[in-house]
Formats: sequence, structure tokens, C-alpha cells
Amino acid sequence: MVFGREIILEVKNLSKVYDKEVLHIDHLALRRGRIYGIIGPSGAGKSTLLRLVNLLEPPSGGEIHFLGRPISMNGNVSRTDAARREMTLVFQKPLLFQTSVEENVAFGLKARRFTREEVRARVDILLGKVGMREFAGRHAGTLSGGEAQRVALARAVAFEPALLLLDEPTANLDPSNIELIERLILDLNRETAMTIVMVTHNIFQARRVAREVIFMHEGRVVETGETEKIFTSPEDPRTKAFVEGRMVY
Amino acid sequence: MLLLEGIIEAFSLIFTLDPNLVRIVLLSLQVSLLAVVFATLAGVPLGAYLGLKPPERTRFVSKLLYTLMGLPPVVAGLVIYLLISRMGPLGFLGLLYSPTAMVMAQFALAVPIIAALTMIGIRSKGKEVQETARTLGAGRFLTAWTVVRESRFAIFGAVVTGLGRVIAEVGAVMIVGGNIEGHTRVMTTAIVLETGKGNFELALGLGLILLLISFFINSLLHYFQGGGKGGVW
Repeated sequence: MVFGREIILEVKNLSKVYDKEVLHIDHLALRRGRIYGIIGPSGAGKSTLLRLVNLLEPPSGGEIHFLGRPISMNGNVSRTDAARREMTLVFQKPLLFQTSVEENVAFGLKARRFTREEVRARVDILLGKVGMREFAGRHAGTLSGGEAQRVALARAVAFEPALLLLDEPTANLDPSNIELIERLILDLNRETAMTIVMVTHNIFQARRVAREVIFMHEGRVVETGETEKIFTSPEDPRTKAFVEGRMVY
Repeated sequence: MLLLEGIIEAFSLIFTLDPNLVRIVLLSLQVSLLAVVFATLAGVPLGAYLGLKPPERTRFVSKLLYTLMGLPPVVAGLVIYLLISRMGPLGFLGLLYSPTAMVMAQFALAVPIIAALTMIGIRSKGKEVQETARTLGAGRFLTAWTVVRESRFAIFGAVVTGLGRVIAEVGAVMIVGGNIEGHTRVMTTAIVLETGKGNFELALGLGLILLLISFFINSLLHYFQGGGKGGVW
């Protein structure tokens, strides 16, 4: 296995139709250990893509291959559950369960039947990483938006998923929380080689954090490539317009 | 003045723990609490199941539950009466004019309320909780359990609403219980009878206790509706 070369996620002819087709991706492959930034205007299908990959919604057509195996919501239940255990999604507005901060972080670990000692140790480490150790016993309902997002991130990565999907994780957060979460994402990727896919409206954030960028427009992947290439010499005029801030949407 | 005298006499009955009044209050609580316990056992799983299903797939059942929420107690009583009367399919059990029959009638009134309010409570944030649990790798059972746990205040509220409904009703227990002294006489049926007899002291005493119970139930309801914050009082 060579990090950066092995394909961890591949989608083929993936589509989603509500009243009309909102997503159609001919082909997209993500490599293990990389940080991807998905950028694009509103309605480009970015969040829909994450929801389909995380098996929260069934696609209208196409295939998703994760860790070399086809996955689907309608397929074998144990295989679907197994795929879900290897990836996770953090929402823009995360929902924390109405219990303590540490119980929230422990949720995914308990779902995977980690021992009590392992759970305690991991929760402690993760809360330390997100700067929330002293909040361990606090009720999650008392946290601010930034604190809640940090706990949600700790909860998501506690069980070290192979694929971490982030849907606008820093939208509506203050600069210090944005910086903290960006640093966490970079540290996680460096320390665990976790593949991270981050949807963001913020092109500067994509440039700061992502190693590769996927530009989506009107439900389609327009262009993918190394971050610097996308920002300095994009091939498609729509990508160019977007990264230069000329795309009105 | 009649009202004032009645109230004074009613307090006297309450503070001296009049045996007749105590017996009626205890039977009322016994019947209603038992009915609500059984209604909770049936209504919460039903409401949770419906709440976790997409609304478009449960439209008919939801409508039915909403309709039954407004079921007139006398109709519930009549149906139970027809079931357990000597000629009815359950007549052989000999339940008519017994506390068990009253529990059955109140159960029929409470189940739709508890099931429908549980369904609404779970539906209000169930999808978000369900998705969050799934993204964290929870299987079906853990996901369902998490949704129920996160909706606990709504569920408690549903149970308390069910209790409030049955303890104050008179029609159903009158029909299937028969208001037999010392056997099936509860607070509401006793109030009706004593008022008819002009015995306002006992009727008012029972009315005051019913009001106190209602106040307690409503305080609990507000507590649960507020997400368990701020204390019961």
C-alpha cells in the first residue's frame, strides 16, 4: 500500500435526481491519505455528493466503490454498516447528543465496541487535541457553536475512520475556531494519513488546507487537480472565474 | 355562600383524610396510572416506529392516530362495553363493572395520545439524530435507540399528557365501571354523583384534589416540554 496512490473512493456515473438532476459525476477517484477540498458555488452538488458517499441517501444511479468494494444503501446490510464504520461525515451544524461532552466523543467508539479503558483513553486524548479537556463533563447543550464543532470533530475522528467527510466545517465560526479546526485537519492528516474531503465555500480555506481541489458546478465535476495548479492555472474557464471571484451565484 | 361552605367542608374532608374520599382518590390513581403504564408500553414503541418512518409512508396511520386522539370518552367506553358485556366477544371474562374494565377504557383513550405525541416528538429531530448516529457508525438498533433517547423529553411529555387526559375523563369509566361505591367509584364519577345528590362538600373536595393532580401533571408536562430544564415547579 502506498499512501497517495491507492484509490480509497471511486464513483462512476453517480447521479441524484430530486425534481431534476442535481448531481451527475462521470468519474471521480480519491487517493488515500490526501486532503481534498471541494469548492463550487451554491447548488453545485457538493453536499449531495458527501451525503451519497456517506450512504445517507441512495443515489439515483451509478456506483460508489469504497476501499475497493462497491457500497450502496440498498445492498447487504452488514456491508453497508461496515462501510459506514470506516467513514464519517461532520455536518456544517453538528448535532451533539443531549448528554455530556465526553459521552458524545465516546459514541462512535462504543458503537464499535471498544473497551471501557480504550474509550476513556481515546476520549481524553481527543478532547485534549481539540482543547476541550476541561469541558469533558459539561452538558453538550451548553457549548458555543465553535466548541460544539470542535467536539463534533473529536467525535468523528475518535475511531480513526479511513475517510473523513467535512461539510463546511467552519462556516459561521469565528477566526480563532477556524484556525484551530484547520490546524486539526492538517495534524490529523499528517499523523494518521486519514483521507479528508472538505466541502467549503471559502476558496482561501481550500487553498490553505487542501492538497487537491475538486471544482464542482451545476452538479458536475468540472475540474480536479493539485491545489496550486487549480488556483494558478485552471484549465476550465468556469474554474478560473470561480477562483478569481468572478463567478456570480 | 354555598360554595364557600362547600370549600371549607371539602378542606376538612381532605385534612382529616376522610376514608371515603381517600378510597376514591386511591382507586382513581390506581386505575389511571395502570392504564397509562400499559398505554406507554404500547404507545411509545408504536410512536417511535412511526416517527422513524418517512411521513409519506405513515400518512394513513398518522391520520388515524390524530383522529383517535380526539376520541370522545363515551365512545371509547361504549366500544369497551360492547367488547366485555355478557354478549360481547370478551364477555366470558366477566370484566364489566370492574376496575380492569376501567383500565381497558382509559388505555384505549391514552394509547393514541401517547403514540401520536411520541411520533411527533421523534419526527421533529429524529432525522437529524438518525443521520448523526449513522455517520458515527451506529447500526440500526443503536440508531433507533439513540433517536428514542434523544426524544426522551417529548416522550415523557406524551406520557404525562396521556395521564392528564385519562384521570380527568368521566364518560368511559362511568359506562364500563358503573360507578359502584367502594368498587369502581373514581373521582370524576363520584363528583357527578355527589353533585346530583347535592352533597357538594365531597364533590368539591374531590374536585380540589383533581385540580391539584392536574396542576402537578401540568407542571411535569412543562418541565418535559422545556427539555428538562428549570425544575418541575
